[in-house]
Amino acid sequence: MNAALFLSAILFVIGAAGVVVRRNAIILFMCVELMLNAANLAFVALSPRAGIDGQVIVFFVIAVAAAEAAVGLAIIISVFRHAESVDIRNFSLLRW
Amino acid sequence: MLTQILFYFFAGIAIVSALMTISRRNPVASALWLVSTFFALAAIYTLLGAFFIGIIQILVYAGAIMILFLFVIMLLNLGNDYEPDFRSSVWKATAAGSSLVLLALLARMIAGPATPNQTASVDLAAAQVEQYGAVGAIGVPMFLEYVVPLQVTGLLLLVAVVGAVVLAKRKI
Repeated sequence: MNAALFLSAILFVIGAAGVVVRRNAIILFMCVELMLNAANLAFVALSPRAGIDGQVIVFFVIAVAAAEAAVGLAIIISVFRHAESVDIRNFSLLRW
Repeated sequence: MLTQILFYFFAGIAIVSALMTISRRNPVASALWLVSTFFALAAIYTLLGAFFIGIIQILVYAGAIMILFLFVIMLLNLGNDYEPDFRSSVWKATAAGSSLVLLALLARMIAGPATPNQTASVDLAAAQVEQYGAVGAIGVPMFLEYVVPLQVTGLLLLVAVVGAVVLAKRKI
């Protein structure tokens, strides 16, 4: 059970490193999905000792991730129309 | 014993695929390696006794969400003549250092002293699955204790669908 928690930590860290090193917005999005999955794995790994509620929360997390992917990819498409690129340097319009 | 071997096998696949996801230059290759990570995670969920979550992982994540990603990559034609999008080596060193520190902190927390709850030998989730079945064990609390979050999630999905159409459409 601890091995699953370690795997969850490793996957989360890989996803976080991916967010830092890449500039392609779609790949950043995939790294965020990887981090969400790592959190899901922690919930599932703890459900034997904490009850079934962890798995119910994983179900909600998957639904929220689907909504987030739909809206995020729509934003990427509308930025691509402006800049002809998905590089996140084009996403700094509202930066101070 | 076999469960242990299978767990480490799929854990290895998950870690290697995750590393490939963040290191491939081609976005299509990244997406396919991410699908491989999701399949390995689905196998691990099944090994941990969360059968319904394992199936949902394949249907929703590896199926629906990754299709959406691949569809957008192909719609925007990012699969060929992609430009390298890695940040400079300063950023890479920062990422490596900070991720090692984060991993060390998480590992220290996981391997820390056991709380009383952890030492309980009864598998609570397996008891629920035994009583209600794999789907019922999640469905019964979802429609009793978690009914308000369930409705809010439904509303969120509706808003997300409308919002995605509004954002991606040229002219309403």
